[in-house]
Amino acid sequence: MSRKSTGAFLVILLLSMAAGGVVGAADDPYDAARAKMVREIEDDARRTSERIGKTALDPRVMEIMARVPRHEFVPAAERTYAYENRPLPIGYGQTISQPYIVAVMTDLLEVGSESTVLEVGTGSGYQAAILAEYVRSVYSIEIIEELAESAAERLKRLGYDNVRVRTGDGYHGWKEHAPFDGIVVTAAAGHIPPPLLDQLKPGGRMIIPVGGPFFVQQLMLVEKDEQGKTRTRQILPVAFVPLTGGH
Amino acid sequence: MIAVGLAVSLISMALLGHEILLMRLLSIAQWHHFAGMIISLALLGLGAAGTFNTLFQKWLIPRFHRVFCLNALLFGLALPATVGAARLVPLNPLEILWDPRQWLYLLQTYLILLLPFFFGGNCLSLALARFKENIHRIYFFDLLGAGAGALGIVVLLFVLPPWECPPILSMAGFAAAGLVLLNERGRRCRMAGIFTILCGAVFPLIWPQGGAFPNVSPYKGLSAALLAPGARIVAERTSPLGWLAVVESPVIPFRHAPGMSLQCTAEPPAQLGIFVDGDSMSPITRFDGDLSSLAFLDCLTSALPFHLLKNPRVLVLGAGGGMDVLTAKVNGAGTVDAVELDANVISLVGDTFGEYSGRLYGDEKVRLHAAEARSFLSRTDTTFDLIQVSLLDSFTASATGGHALSESYLYTVEALTDAYRRLAPGGCLAVTRWLKVPPRDSLKLFATAVRALDRSGVASPQGQMALIRSWSTTTLLVKKGELSGKDLERIRDFCAERAFDIDFRPGLEPGETNRFNVLDEPYLSEGAQALIGERREEFMERYKFAIEPATDDRPYFLHFFKWRTLPEILSARGRGGLPLMEWGYPVLVMTLIQAVALSLALILVPLFFLERERSAGMNGGRIAVYFSALGLAFLFMEMAFIQKLILFLGHPIYAASVVVTGFLVFAGLGSRCAAVLSRAMTPYGPNGNVLTILAAAAVIVIVSILYVIFIPGLFGRLASAGDPVRIVVSLVLIAPLAFPMGMPFPLGLKMLGESQPACIPWAWAINGCTSVLATLLASLLAIHLGFSAVVIFAAALYGVAALSAPGLPHRNPAANMRE
Repeated sequence: MSRKSTGAFLVILLLSMAAGGVVGAADDPYDAARAKMVREIEDDARRTSERIGKTALDPRVMEIMARVPRHEFVPAAERTYAYENRPLPIGYGQTISQPYIVAVMTDLLEVGSESTVLEVGTGSGYQAAILAEYVRSVYSIEIIEELAESAAERLKRLGYDNVRVRTGDGYHGWKEHAPFDGIVVTAAAGHIPPPLLDQLKPGGRMIIPVGGPFFVQQLMLVEKDEQGKTRTRQILPVAFVPLTGGH
Repeated sequence: MIAVGLAVSLISMALLGHEILLMRLLSIAQWHHFAGMIISLALLGLGAAGTFNTLFQKWLIPRFHRVFCLNALLFGLALPATVGAARLVPLNPLEILWDPRQWLYLLQTYLILLLPFFFGGNCLSLALARFKENIHRIYFFDLLGAGAGALGIVVLLFVLPPWECPPILSMAGFAAAGLVLLNERGRRCRMAGIFTILCGAVFPLIWPQGGAFPNVSPYKGLSAALLAPGARIVAERTSPLGWLAVVESPVIPFRHAPGMSLQCTAEPPAQLGIFVDGDSMSPITRFDGDLSSLAFLDCLTSALPFHLLKNPRVLVLGAGGGMDVLTAKVNGAGTVDAVELDANVISLVGDTFGEYSGRLYGDEKVRLHAAEARSFLSRTDTTFDLIQVSLLDSFTASATGGHALSESYLYTVEALTDAYRRLAPGGCLAVTRWLKVPPRDSLKLFATAVRALDRSGVASPQGQMALIRSWSTTTLLVKKGELSGKDLERIRDFCAERAFDIDFRPGLEPGETNRFNVLDEPYLSEGAQALIGERREEFMERYKFAIEPATDDRPYFLHFFKWRTLPEILSARGRGGLPLMEWGYPVLVMTLIQAVALSLALILVPLFFLERERSAGMNGGRIAVYFSALGLAFLFMEMAFIQKLILFLGHPIYAASVVVTGFLVFAGLGSRCAAVLSRAMTPYGPNGNVLTILAAAAVIVIVSILYVIFIPGLFGRLASAGDPVRIVVSLVLIAPLAFPMGMPFPLGLKMLGESQPACIPWAWAINGCTSVLATLLASLLAIHLGFSAVVIFAAALYGVAALSAPGLPHRNPAANMRE
């Protein structure tokens, strides 16, 4: 090769490396923010350990939280805050939950790669995406048509083929695909629908966050034993003992 | 000058009316915690007006008539305009601790909403400065107008929905401007005056109506309900008690069944939802006579008492949409007395949706009472087998705004004692509440019941109480008599069938509780055991929420905040700790801090200018102390008496109206007579004004102390009196207190007028700011020390004012005589 062409080749090589670096840097803000979010959640989980029954959340859940692009699930105006540990409005009086709460809920559900999960209240679709990363299939129902459609489109675009979203009343569950290993009910529950309880497999778990749009007061865990009897547990996401001086 | 006086009355009337209107509108758009916060800050517009006038009075007062008219017109325009503008600000208080942008929106809202108070305040403070020889007369017009406003707005709110009211109030602004113009010399002025008044008269017709409907937060129950496909509002009613919207949701039914057992397969039938101010849904359940459709009612914790009693005579407090009444009827109640505060609710269930509800409120066994729950309890002499209170939080509407925490007279020790007294032997009181984790109100209620039983002379309360819990509700049962073995068996069966936990019953075994709906620790049962035992005080002290029973003097059942938990809660923010904080109290404190900061700025800035320009003898410190003390004391006294009389008069709105109007009118009369008295006192001392102030303060202190001591007994004696008697008695009690209360302020202003007239607008600014602080401080004092303490504080403040009165700048009579 002549000197000129070698020089040109080197220049092109350098330029493309620089370009690659620039492109790489464009992804960086979200990646770095997401990693920071996961570290924060791990710290928080350690501090809450007693209350949620363990010293750390399931590493699988944390790994997924580090992967799922939460910023895709929030409105453009809120993108800058996507990886802050706080809830964000998504319109229609709905919110996407605080990442810490999502992690705790997913962890509490204790589902696996062979599981089928039902979600009542798709919202942004973030929780469905998190679940879809490691369970077999997710079925999600949303009352508000606009939210259901945009969540479905978003999940498809991001490649979550094992999530089915439909618009409708979640009260009667999704009989065609019952029973479910896990059920997440994020829509405000006036009472827990008996049909949903029926569609929970024995040994399965149902998680219901109790509280308002920006404040989850406690997480209700419904467990169904092998005989089909249900029991609920009220779990505070934060370590808090109401009595000072121990008890 | 009469024309100016009347104009002042009109402005004052519209100002007070607007304050109450804003409280309504903001409660509909947001929640009343934040409404109180916003109102308090808006009222600082009055203080700002005083400061503005102090700084620019040399320019403003000579042009009084023009400035007054301009401000009155701007006031009139600002009333509806600011309401419309404020609703465009995307304020979401729920996000305030998450999103710093919300603070900016909050600031924008304050600034917009304070404008009418600024313009109106300008008019008032300028009038006082301009007519300093007749200050007491101007002040009289001011108070009279305010009194009329307090009453008038209540009447208006019965007739019109709150969002249609601002243009009506605007008419007062236009009329005030017109009156002042008419009073001027010159035909052009008079023509302008008539034109202005005519404009005012047609203003409500030309102002676009649609724009003012409050932007109900998308996070409130009503907004969420309307998102369901096919959901729509099918009826609306409005009154000073609240805006009611009835929603029909055919595609996705409400299925309202609080804490329904997980073992229950019954589904609630179709329901209509009554939303009060966009939240607090109470359902009207469809009933077509088929009892099997109502099977779900037996699956709620509130159904417990019906398994212990046969054909009881039932009293339902807070009937709402009628679910408790229905439960009673379905369980074969002998008679049902249903008490509901809002007559509109009764009309909706009984008439508009009478067919739908199965003629529930028209049933021969059902007797309806449009009354306040506690008031009914204290006035009735019937005894009942069952008194049922379900998921009811009584909110007393605040006439002066600024209350971030609501008083509740239903969950006080005295109230439960009253209820216990109304039970027939063997009867039960059943109170159901939503479960909060960790438990707060359930434990507070339990503690209150224990104390009420103690007061009623029950030797061992533990034999008569039971507490059960589903996954979202708790029901406390208090029996008049020991719970028998049969009772306990029935309770056990009821709970076992429905997978409810028993958190307290006589003879509870450890391990018997916290089985179906598991709390981390058996907080509720441990708490109940502790509260019934010897060391209950210690338990309440150690508990991280304030669970000391509320009393009539400190009726803050919903106050749970303890300062020492704040650091822990804040540090747990990232882990979802914020919901542990009860919002009412911190919002109140935050509002107070902001108000203090702003007030200091508004009061100190003009002082700096005044001290520089004026000659010696001004004594700014004394003036500040005098007028601050008065500003605080007047409202402390007024607010404490509103609360004392709410119980006596039995209705939060009427009580507030009677007291506020009574205070203002009598104080106005006092102010009118102040000058006469002052002249009469002149021969007796160096300064007639000072002597009158001292005499007035003495009367106030004596009367208020007598009231604190004797009023509870007096009210007890009049327990069976009817409404007209109660109103007359209230006014008779208010008069000797309010009459002297109307004197110190105008007399102080008069003294300033004679020697340091430049300070008059400044005194007005001080008064405005401290009035705002007073509403907030009074709440805080009442929460911690009770309303009697507020009265004592007010009396003490009048004493402070009296002591600083001689130091006020005044004309030296000796110097006068020499001239």
